[in-house]
Amino acid sequence: MANDIRSSVVDPLIDNNPITLQVLGVCSALAVTTNLTAALIMSIALTTVTAFSSAFISSIRNHIPSSIRIIVQMTIIASLVIVVDQLLKAYAYEASKQLSVFVGLIITNCIVLGRAEAFAMKNPPVTSFFDGIGNGLGYSLVLMTVGFFRELLGAGKLFGHQVIPVANDGGWYMPNGLMLLPPSAFFIIGLLIWVIRSVKKEQVEPADYQIHQVHRTEVL
Amino acid sequence: MAETNQNLGFFGKLLSLPNDSPKKTIIVATLLCLVCSVLVSTSAVMFKPLQLANKQADIKKNILGVTGLLTEEANVNVLFEQFEIKIVDLDSGEYSDIDPATYDQRKAAGDPAQSIKLTAEQDIASIGRRAKLATIYILKDGDHIKQVVLPIHGYGLWSTLYGFISFESDFNTIGGLQFYAHAETPGLGGEVDNPKWRQQWQGKKAFNDNGELEIKVIRGHVDYKVAGAEHQVDGLSGATLTSRGVSNLVNYWLGDHAFGPYLKKMRSEVEK
Repeated sequence: MANDIRSSVVDPLIDNNPITLQVLGVCSALAVTTNLTAALIMSIALTTVTAFSSAFISSIRNHIPSSIRIIVQMTIIASLVIVVDQLLKAYAYEASKQLSVFVGLIITNCIVLGRAEAFAMKNPPVTSFFDGIGNGLGYSLVLMTVGFFRELLGAGKLFGHQVIPVANDGGWYMPNGLMLLPPSAFFIIGLLIWVIRSVKKEQVEPADYQIHQVHRTEVL
Repeated sequence: MAETNQNLGFFGKLLSLPNDSPKKTIIVATLLCLVCSVLVSTSAVMFKPLQLANKQADIKKNILGVTGLLTEEANVNVLFEQFEIKIVDLDSGEYSDIDPATYDQRKAAGDPAQSIKLTAEQDIASIGRRAKLATIYILKDGDHIKQVVLPIHGYGLWSTLYGFISFESDFNTIGGLQFYAHAETPGLGGEVDNPKWRQQWQGKKAFNDNGELEIKVIRGHVDYKVAGAEHQVDGLSGATLTSRGVSNLVNYWLGDHAFGPYLKKMRSEVEK
């Protein structure tokens, strides 16, 4: 049991990371990583939602009619997300202003529904809860890494504090504007996947098809 | 619905029903919806007062910020009490005697009875409708007006920017400009929040000597050697459309269709 919990928390960090291995939940990883503060709040929100939705769904898993199971899961997830959104608006107003619609969009984050459907429906509540925490942390790890590079290279800041003096304020660093736009998150996530798969070869997927060399003389 | 209110014996029977029977499906769906709706509405009602307070504090903070009164450790509510809140009839430029506490300009802008529709030609800020009355904030020093804060809004690139612009006692020199709500690209259009950029507005003149509106956000940097530099603000690099939006919305709100008549009236009073 203790081992189960440990592996459900640790595995999704790198070995089975929801973003870099399963390539889920990438949309919000692009949107909220322009600075670390937003990325951190988003990470906390998503981890909380994944953990609690998995626990709730798992505790009623034996009584969910399979014909409406996705709707049941979505209802639970959506309710939790609304509660989190309301909480943020009440206690972290500045941050919620920054995250705007992306907190609400946790509802559609594939990681949350993915864990509910793939794990919580088959496992007891406590393990499911920690599985949710683990996957949330895996997501958080990627978000924070991407956020770190984007904020540092795009604005010379970390958590809103200037660490590199930028040219606008008389420093030497010319901020890279591309880093603040969504495509840069794609590049960083892509590079991250490359690095992880170079180190952990077992994550490399077999090719879907063989590249066939066509010679000029061959008739197509 | 009546079924859900029965005793435990019913739940025992319910749990033993086959999962995919229509009866259980409907009952599970109903129960789940009930529980979730209670959860959601409880949280919405519980946090509402805090959220409203946050919103109001944020607006007050921005009004203080635009007049330069805001400091790190200042108590927002105490400082804000210095302001006299007035309602202005935009068409005539006169004060209206409606109680400011009961008037919500953002709501009024959506109400056909309290707002006017703008023609395409007038609507340079792309706001569609404009409330007939506007809430303004006056900072007085004894009897005479020290600063006045006007609410402004308009479309940038992705979103409507909501903010405030303040004027010095001559109703021509800008004291500051600040947005409290927008969704422009962080780092590009979002730089409207950059204190360095905002600072430039301070001391700019909105109107020229003939009383014509001249203020604008230009592309690139302002050349201070050229005449008219006091009416110009640097554009934001990488944010041409947001800069243009800000320029347009400032021009709209200070123009003849919005605060123009009020500012004109106040300027002529100052000159007397």
